[in-house]
Amino acid sequence: MPSIPILEERQAQIHRKGSAPFEMTCGKHSLAGSVSQRACVFCGSRVVLYPIADALHLIHGPIGCAAYTWDIRGALSSGPELHRMSFSTDLREKDVIFGGEKKLAAALDELIDQYQPKAAFVYSTCIVGIIGDDVAAVCRKAEKEKGIPVLPVHSEGFKGTKKDGYKAACDALFKLVGTGSTADITPVSINILGEFNIGGEAWLIKKYYEEMGIPVVSIMTGDGRVDQIRRSHGAALNVVQCSGALTFLADMMQETYGIPYIRASYFGIDDMAKALYDVADHFETHPAIMARTREIVRREVETIMPEINRIRRDLAGKRAAIYVGGAFKAFSLIKALRYLGMTVVLVGSQTGNDSDYATLRDMCDDGTIILDDANPLELSKYIIEKQADLFIGGVKERPIAFKMGIGFCDHNHERKIPLAGFAGMLQFAREVHTSVTSPVWQFVPTRAAVG
Amino acid sequence: MLLRHTSTEMKERSALTVNPAKTCQPIGAMYAALGVHGCLPHSHGSQGCYAYHRSALTRHFKEPVVAATSAFTEGASVFGGQANLVQAIDNIFSVYNPDVIAVHTTCLSETIGDDVPQIFAKAKADGKVPDGKFLFHANTPSYVGSHVTGFASTTKAMVDYFAETNGHKTKTINLIPGYVEPSDMAEIRRIAETMGISTIMFPDTSKVLNGPLTGKYKMFPEGGVTVEELKQSGNSKGTIALGRTASLPAARALDAKCKVPCEILGLPLGLHGTDSFVDTLRRMAGVNVPDALNLERGQLVDSISDWHQYLYGKRVAIVGDPDQVLALTRFLVSLDMRPVHIVTGSPAGKKYVKSLQEAVAEVPEEVNIKVPGDMFLFHQWIKNDPVDLIIGNTYAKYIAKDEDIPLVRHGFPIYDRLGHSYFSTMGYRGALRLMEKLLDAILDRKDRDADDITMELVM
Repeated sequence: MPSIPILEERQAQIHRKGSAPFEMTCGKHSLAGSVSQRACVFCGSRVVLYPIADALHLIHGPIGCAAYTWDIRGALSSGPELHRMSFSTDLREKDVIFGGEKKLAAALDELIDQYQPKAAFVYSTCIVGIIGDDVAAVCRKAEKEKGIPVLPVHSEGFKGTKKDGYKAACDALFKLVGTGSTADITPVSINILGEFNIGGEAWLIKKYYEEMGIPVVSIMTGDGRVDQIRRSHGAALNVVQCSGALTFLADMMQETYGIPYIRASYFGIDDMAKALYDVADHFETHPAIMARTREIVRREVETIMPEINRIRRDLAGKRAAIYVGGAFKAFSLIKALRYLGMTVVLVGSQTGNDSDYATLRDMCDDGTIILDDANPLELSKYIIEKQADLFIGGVKERPIAFKMGIGFCDHNHERKIPLAGFAGMLQFAREVHTSVTSPVWQFVPTRAAVG
Repeated sequence: MLLRHTSTEMKERSALTVNPAKTCQPIGAMYAALGVHGCLPHSHGSQGCYAYHRSALTRHFKEPVVAATSAFTEGASVFGGQANLVQAIDNIFSVYNPDVIAVHTTCLSETIGDDVPQIFAKAKADGKVPDGKFLFHANTPSYVGSHVTGFASTTKAMVDYFAETNGHKTKTINLIPGYVEPSDMAEIRRIAETMGISTIMFPDTSKVLNGPLTGKYKMFPEGGVTVEELKQSGNSKGTIALGRTASLPAARALDAKCKVPCEILGLPLGLHGTDSFVDTLRRMAGVNVPDALNLERGQLVDSISDWHQYLYGKRVAIVGDPDQVLALTRFLVSLDMRPVHIVTGSPAGKKYVKSLQEAVAEVPEEVNIKVPGDMFLFHQWIKNDPVDLIIGNTYAKYIAKDEDIPLVRHGFPIYDRLGHSYFSTMGYRGALRLMEKLLDAILDRKDRDADDITMELVM
């Protein structure tokens, strides 16, 4: 395979640790014509709000945006399943010409009457921003008539990046926060923010906190319920996962309701334990909490270690490449992979910021490739150059890894089991082990040397 | 009960699509463009569109799917996307080096009114298109038609941009396969080759989206129709277009542009569908049907006779794309089965509905037909009047589970099973394969439900 040219404008978004002073450009809009792995504003809003299971999610636009986000990722619910239906105003040409407000109003009218949801989210797509429908006004009117919150989500695809979509979703959530009763909420209580229960992780994490003696007021938004969100301002602390999806909300809740927040990652043994200890520290006036936390960590680690140790023997010295959405997840993955004895040779993210990349640089070994907003050619070039044995990414990356004959682990939409928590770390280790040691790789034609 | 929210009470819905059985034009445009060799599809819109299309196609084919985007920002949406597209063309040729860029529009760029041919002219004038490299485009607004329309328009654009004629007709026959799987395209061509006919098929996604594991990542796999072949298609003796909704526009355009006469057929799915394809090939090329093909046909008829007792009278609900649904309906009726609920997600016109009605004219009960409809309506019909079998894409599995009815997966998308990329349902062999799937579903269910007394070994 000949070496591939790298767009000159992209050079600043690729860094080889140790090769030059570190200056990483990021947070910029993707170049026109790049085969980026990124998505849009709507996508960001949709993934954040989607797990709220007793709300109506109505997508105002042509059919595609609804079709492509219909049940494509886990958002496990212990009760209602209304979120798994796909509702669209399916805008047609005449709506684009004459406006879609009437259609939207009629759709809301029909849906709210039929399903009696606890709240409704109305997502604006690109075209709505262009034809200028007053979605907010239609929502206000429906809210008045139906007596439930009807929340516009300003998620026109072209108005920024996926991150702006997170922000739009947080704006909508924030309108719900503070509208419910906080009676019966104890002074020792938390909200779990930024955990979406794709594979059942939210349940696992919640159980740990409850065992520590800390009631969880709401999870935003995994297995989410409107009423829990409405009273979430009664919690004493927000625990925010992920590099940014729900940080906007945590900031707003801090400002308005004085609720402090801490960041957490539930991935990997160290980070998981740290998350629990940090929360226990926050409630230091209740020493029993810390005692219970120590007990939980000890018990959980003891349970998983024998098998982790066996897996580690097989994985020692294997090389991994990571390409994920948020950089925060990459931090945890690097630690977790090292824990399994693996070396990280490439790490990239779609949406990392300056400080994220500085952290990555500090964490990585010399020679590790660090990428912002990469394309498939760059990913494959460096995976071959670095002779990775494992690729961790999302849906679009999986077949690229397999074509090159290396193992893969989906740490994104398509994971089917919890990879978070202590139990999740074991499942992650098993999944990595299964893929990396699969007999299928024996049949791969020798990986060609690259020029 | 995942779909507990589906009520049995039928209400007229004025403003809503619930659980769609279609998606938007650009994904069909992207799929068709991937059937051109060395082609990079380009989405002229915001970044989410192509991310969704690539993810959806990746899930369906389990293959890398590449495409580029104009990555619209707020500025582009106000001032037009010309600058983005010109820059994109420049970047794409210098970095990814495809032979062809196939641009499709989106609801966004259509509504702001970008004029793609004019932007192409600008890119060429600015020297952004290297010698021997090509551009083509199709207008694919998401608020018109469906993914099938996008496929049809992109296929037609291949004719509009590339087909040429020198006045001398060759013996070659053009095949327009319609919105079918890569395996189907390969099978359609194989049938023609078995008859000794030289063909140009477009688009052709075989060996693009069902390639081998090589240990290398190839951005532009081996398959696909070449631009040279597309040029030559104007000199062909005739065109056979398979599936009206997906293939007619391209065939008509080629007739108008290069005077290549065309025949519009249904998909070669099932006995009659394949007979009609083979017969048209025979007449158009002036060849005889070889023994090898007659053998395949004979084996299919033999199998139908061997197994018809398990098929006749079975009531079936079908949901999918118009061309597929029509061909399936005809096949099922020929097997003495009863399609009773029929929904296409895509709009397909009055003529199409009439064809469907004719296809079920002999079915001895009332048949529900909705063009276009959605999965919600489809489910309601099944709830109110249960069937023995459902045929539809992966999304139909929720209905199958909730109603405890066997499902045969067919159409787009199929996210959860192996097979469609490699085992065709076209031609006589494909019909046999489809019949195998129908029988497996029906007989597995029969075995499951049989009590000790009625359980039988030899079926």
